[in-house]
Parts: sequence; C-alpha cells; structure tokens
Amino acid sequence: MSAFGKREREALLAPILANNPIGVQVLGICSALAITTRMDKAFVMTMGVLLVTMLANVAVSLVRNHTPGSIRIIVQLSIIASLVIVFDQILKATLYELSLELSVFVGLIITNCIVMGRAEGYAMQNPPLASALDGIGNGLGYGLVLMLTAFIRELLGAGKVFGFVVLPLAKDGGWYVPNGMMLIAPSGLFIIAGLIWLLKTLKPELQDKD
Amino acid sequence: MEHYLNLAIRSIFLENMALAFFLGMCSFLACSKKVETALGLGVAVVFVQVLTVPLNNLILTYLLKEGALGWVSPALAKVDLTFLAFILFIGTIAAAVQVVEMAVEKYAPALYTTLGVFLPLIAVNCVILAGSLFMQERDYGFGESVVYGIGSGLGWAIAIVAMAAVREKLAYSNVPAGLRGLGITFVVAGLMSVAFMMFSGIQL
Repeated sequence: MSAFGKREREALLAPILANNPIGVQVLGICSALAITTRMDKAFVMTMGVLLVTMLANVAVSLVRNHTPGSIRIIVQLSIIASLVIVFDQILKATLYELSLELSVFVGLIITNCIVMGRAEGYAMQNPPLASALDGIGNGLGYGLVLMLTAFIRELLGAGKVFGFVVLPLAKDGGWYVPNGMMLIAPSGLFIIAGLIWLLKTLKPELQDKD
Repeated sequence: MEHYLNLAIRSIFLENMALAFFLGMCSFLACSKKVETALGLGVAVVFVQVLTVPLNNLILTYLLKEGALGWVSPALAKVDLTFLAFILFIGTIAAAVQVVEMAVEKYAPALYTTLGVFLPLIAVNCVILAGSLFMQERDYGFGESVVYGIGSGLGWAIAIVAMAAVREKLAYSNVPAGLRGLGITFVVAGLMSVAFMMFSGIQL
C-alpha cells in the first residue's frame, strides 16, 4: 500500500513505547491515576481516548488549512467537546452503570492533554491519514500504561482480572489477602513511577540529563 | 453558614483536586519546578475557578436543566439540554480565561509577565472543567458553587506550592538515573497524596 509510507508507520508505532504519551510526553496523566482501580474502567477509558483522539485528529487535520491561527484552540476545543458528548451519550445508552462510576472523567477527556496535544502538535501539520494513525498510536500508548496499571491494581487490590476472580480472597474462603493500598489513589502514582523507571532503564536515551 | 464552611474544608483538604482526584496533573507536574511560578499558577487557577464554577452553575440552572427554559416560553418547558453541558462549560471557561487574561494584562502588568504562558493554558487545565462537572454531578446550588469554586481552587494551589517546595529541595539529592525527572516527581506526589489522606473522615 503506497499510502502507508514511513511517516504513517512512524505515526502509528512511535507513541506506543518510544514516545509514549504518559511516560515520555507527560500528557494525560490525570485520568490515568483516577480510573485505574479496575480493568473494565480502564478499558472503556482507553477506548474513549483512542476514538476521540483519532477522530479529533482527522477533523482538525481536515480543516487545518482553513483555520486561522488565532482561533485554532477554540476550533479544536469545540471539535473535541462534540466528540466527547457523542461518546458520553453512547456510553450512557449502552453501559449506564459503568458511566456512573467513571462520573466526571468521561467529560474530562475534553481537557485530556493527549487529545489537545496531538491535535495541536501533530494534526495541525499533517494530512488526515497520518493524523488518524497518530491518534490511534497515542491512544494505544495511553491504553498500554492504563491497562498495565489497572491490571496490577485490580489483581493485587481485589484479586481479580476484568472482574473475574483469579486469586480467591481470604474473606471468601480462599487464601489471598488483598493489598488495600492498591485500591487507594496514590498507588497509581507509585506504579506509574515504576513503569517509567522501567521504560527509562530499558531505553537510556530517554533519561533526563539533569 | 456551617454548611458552607464544611464544604470549603472538604473541597480544600478532603477532596483536594490535585492529591485526591489527581486532576490538573499535567501542569501540576510541569509547572512545579519553582515555588514562584507555582504560586502564580495557583493564584490564577483560584481566580478562574471562582469565576467559572458559579457562572456554569447559572448556565446549568437557567438554560440546560430539564424545564430550565420555562422562563423563555412555556412551550420550551420540557426541553432538556443537559447533554450540551460539556461544550457550553468549556466555552465559558475559554471565554473566562480570555477575559481574565485581558484584565490582568491591563491592570496588573507585573503579574501578567510572571504568569506568562500559563494563563491561557488554564483553559485546558482539567481542574477547571472538573470543578464545573463536579458541581453538576453533585447538584450544588449557587451559593455552594461559589464556595466550591474557591475551595477547590485553593486546594489545588496549596498542593502545587507544596510540591514545588519539595522539588526545590529535591534538586540537591542523588536520584537513580532512570527515576530522575518525571519518575521521582510521581513518587513525591504519591507520598504527598498519602499524607493528605489523613484528612479523610474529618467532619465539622
């Protein structure tokens, strides 16, 4: 496929590890911490960010040559906000209980820096196809960190994976005594710090100089 | 009165935007290298938050809620526009930030140069939008939303200033290579968050 050149492949694959939005670009951390107590929540959030980033990138990229520089932020914000409204309505219609648990965090996809950052930093300069792939790549990179964190937190905190019991809890007649620390908010910070440490040890060129 | 005081304490300490909900983390991590910039950003956030939460509360009550349009004409009494909340909230926030920016530039040029690029960036800070969304979710009245705006903004400002103070000291310590920069900042934020959890359960 000739349209699928080096730039497109780069756009799709780079953000997954080497230029990971959370670990390297420091974008979109807020939601990564608050909703990773369970894997299903993290999965829905990943889908939301992936879809919104991809579609917003395409839309911003399509109008990039007609958008005056001075109002570009407001144009991007209204595109993103409309997409998030659609996603929120779909979520409320199909997975109502989960949408209640995610509460304000679905709305906060609007101000998730990944979406804004990619629209401003990539889609404004690149054609729609590459922008779409960049959106998918960043969504996947975000999702990778999110799912890993949620996996550790749900497994150690509740003995479950995706809601299925893996480690039978002591209070239900099993043997595993859950680590309550994993279910409170700060544990997300420690786990992500560990993941970043791992990433930067494996890829020393990403380490900070100072 | 007691109710409002309770709400203020809750929003500053118990439900601290930065350390209990981890909102506004991007600027919380990016702008906390020096106490001075952290303080400037904190003040700006309080300012914008106080402006936008009550404003969005009015929009919600008189334009969006089911039956809210009844004052325009009885025919519209059954219209429910709450699904438009996201886009109107973010519009108000962007406009409010613009107004604040122009006002600060005109009347306090010194503060304007200190804040620099952070002022416009507040528009996309999740703390501000989250303030309005929490206000919607918890059904705050107008008075409550004023108090909540002040409280949540102040809580975030306190957190970022404390974080900056820790990071200024951190510059002199020997951190493992891979953990430098972002990693150690996460660990510090996590420890601060654990410390803030001691407030949970306080009731006035």
